[in-house]
Amino acid sequence: MAENNKHAHNSEGYFREKHLMLDPLPRGQMNAMAMEAMHHSTWKFWTVFAILCVIVAYCLVYSWIKMILEGLGIAGVNRPAYWGVFLVNTVFWIGISHAGTFISAILRVFKAEFRRPFTRAAELMTTFGLVQAGFSIFMHLGRIWLFYWLMPYPNQRMLWPNMHSPLSWDLLAITTYLLSSTMYLFLPLIPDLAMARDRSTGWRKIFYRILALGFRGTEGEWTHLRNAMTIFAFAIIPVMFSVHTIVSWDFASATRPGWNSTIFGPYFIVGALHSGMGAVVMVLAIVRSTMKNMKYFIRPEHFDGIGKLMLIISMAWAYFFFNDYIVQWYGGDKWTHLLLHFHEAGPMGWMWFAMLICNIAVPWALLWNARWRAMPWVTFAVGLSINIGMWFERYIIIPISLTINRMPFTWRMYQPGVEIPLGIGTLALFILLYMSASKLIPLIPVWEVEEGQMVHELKKFGRETVVSVSDLE
Amino acid sequence: MATETKPSETNSSAEHIGKWGMVIDQDLCTGCQACVAACAMENNISFVGEEDSGYGRSMHWIRIERFWEGVYPEIKMTPNQPMLCQQCLSAPCEPVCPAYATVHSLAEHINLQVYNRCVGTRYCGNNCPYQMRSFNWRDYERPKPLDNQLNPDVTVRQRGVMEKCTFCIQRINKAEDAAKAEGREIADGEFTTACAQVCPANAIVFGRTDNPESFVSQLARIHGHGVKHLEELGTLPNVTYFKGG
Repeated sequence: MAENNKHAHNSEGYFREKHLMLDPLPRGQMNAMAMEAMHHSTWKFWTVFAILCVIVAYCLVYSWIKMILEGLGIAGVNRPAYWGVFLVNTVFWIGISHAGTFISAILRVFKAEFRRPFTRAAELMTTFGLVQAGFSIFMHLGRIWLFYWLMPYPNQRMLWPNMHSPLSWDLLAITTYLLSSTMYLFLPLIPDLAMARDRSTGWRKIFYRILALGFRGTEGEWTHLRNAMTIFAFAIIPVMFSVHTIVSWDFASATRPGWNSTIFGPYFIVGALHSGMGAVVMVLAIVRSTMKNMKYFIRPEHFDGIGKLMLIISMAWAYFFFNDYIVQWYGGDKWTHLLLHFHEAGPMGWMWFAMLICNIAVPWALLWNARWRAMPWVTFAVGLSINIGMWFERYIIIPISLTINRMPFTWRMYQPGVEIPLGIGTLALFILLYMSASKLIPLIPVWEVEEGQMVHELKKFGRETVVSVSDLE
Repeated sequence: MATETKPSETNSSAEHIGKWGMVIDQDLCTGCQACVAACAMENNISFVGEEDSGYGRSMHWIRIERFWEGVYPEIKMTPNQPMLCQQCLSAPCEPVCPAYATVHSLAEHINLQVYNRCVGTRYCGNNCPYQMRSFNWRDYERPKPLDNQLNPDVTVRQRGVMEKCTFCIQRINKAEDAAKAEGREIADGEFTTACAQVCPANAIVFGRTDNPESFVSQLARIHGHGVKHLEELGTLPNVTYFKGG
């Protein structure tokens, strides 16, 4: 008995329970599980779906149309806070969209095996998050019906967008990121779409047949697919870094006190990864607890792995926050001093402290412990806290920092108006898109999991069970 | 002089009219707000109402800033500070507009806002260190008889665009056309902006700063201690302030 306990941590059963890669199922069964997760939807799903539809219709469609017809007066933006929650939400959603690529591309490049079951869940977040970011930034335009003037298109008057403006860089960067991340989402999806095509009937069959692009799984197709995926995985990483750096330049290249900080580029990227990781873990926890068969694919080891990343990124964020603060304070500019004081001791000081608690204290207090970290609801709570904290951070950077400027006569607080329903609307649309996608495409990259399971093997050397990995590529 | 641009830039332009500037004597300003009213009449500025105005949405292109020193009840009023667009030669509002709606006029050396090109990103408003740009937050109604007094020389702006002081460019153009027709230069004091015209204390003086004989240039020489607001930002404003002299 004592002997058994002593070796329990390296028995085969222990490994199989702990690691998805060492717990292989027959291929047909796993495909069937993924298909079942896609087809199976309870009344709860449809209730939530209907509620979200109503929220989107009221908060996003109705409120937006109302704002287009009546003007930005019904929003809370004013002078000096010309930018408000719309820009906060834009930065927030772009931040969310970062972790998708980070997890998927960087972990793929580094061949981190635990990434396999949740890369698609993260990539979907990227694409849908960017859609919300796009909505949020267009909402904020005074004359949205002329948004195409921001695009470089040939016209008779030879007018061109102003490439000096960080907003033009932004538009190019976000469009590039949206296109490349959508392609990067699509490439690893092709084999799974082909799998779904072979196992469905009716309209779904037609749908998957079109999307699968005639994928049959021949040697040549796999080679091409792998090449394309490798290229994208490497190429999308600099794109990801550039996007949020450029978003930060919207602020860093302006003349406002508190904005023109040279550290904003990396600070924003780390902030984006911080909120994005939190969002990935929230999505995974929800997917795991609500969708069928997901407890097999998404296991505590994944929460443990992402939890470690979250902890490290939280530390990096704390460092950059401190760096940004100390350099601005040390700079000694009187307006910046006023602003820094206003952040922590002004009427919105509670938000500044809440930001630090949510972004630093909560993750540090909970994620250091491997057992807590592996509990989905704990990481879910930490992810929620981080996302609230990061939203606060953007709120502090945008409307609160805009409150204080070099003309004290114009100082005025900002109160969000129709921004609130519109923000809720983008959140609801994000969840709605995600829910729809989970019923239309396999949320788990089955072929990647199968591939990983083929590579991993448990071998017995005497009494010791040893994990051996062979490299396919 | 920090306010000079490269000579090649200013002189080579065939359309070069002149560098317009303004001096404001804060010691003379009584804070009567006549300039604010005159500017609103001249430039078809919308009245936003009490509520929006209190929320920071007033659209005046010029405002009188009042400050005091000390703690109540021992307070001392400091001179009133009329603020308007400083028509920077190196304007922070210009490069940030993604649609080229905020451009620099080489002819008059002022910052122009192209209303019908503006899509309303409001980046220029954020980047203006003087906070002198106003945005059309709504369609503001003009009560019935007031619509008859719209100035036909000035565009009525649509909801969703940025606007700002133009140094009454319609008056500059009118005077320039008249002078051109008669084959002469514009005389100093031939015309002035609405705010300068109406100022009962003559605290605002407008004219050409590139002509050493003009009244603005002379005033600047006599006072000798003119201040440009936020000069340390390198915006090279065209408006000079006198105070405490």
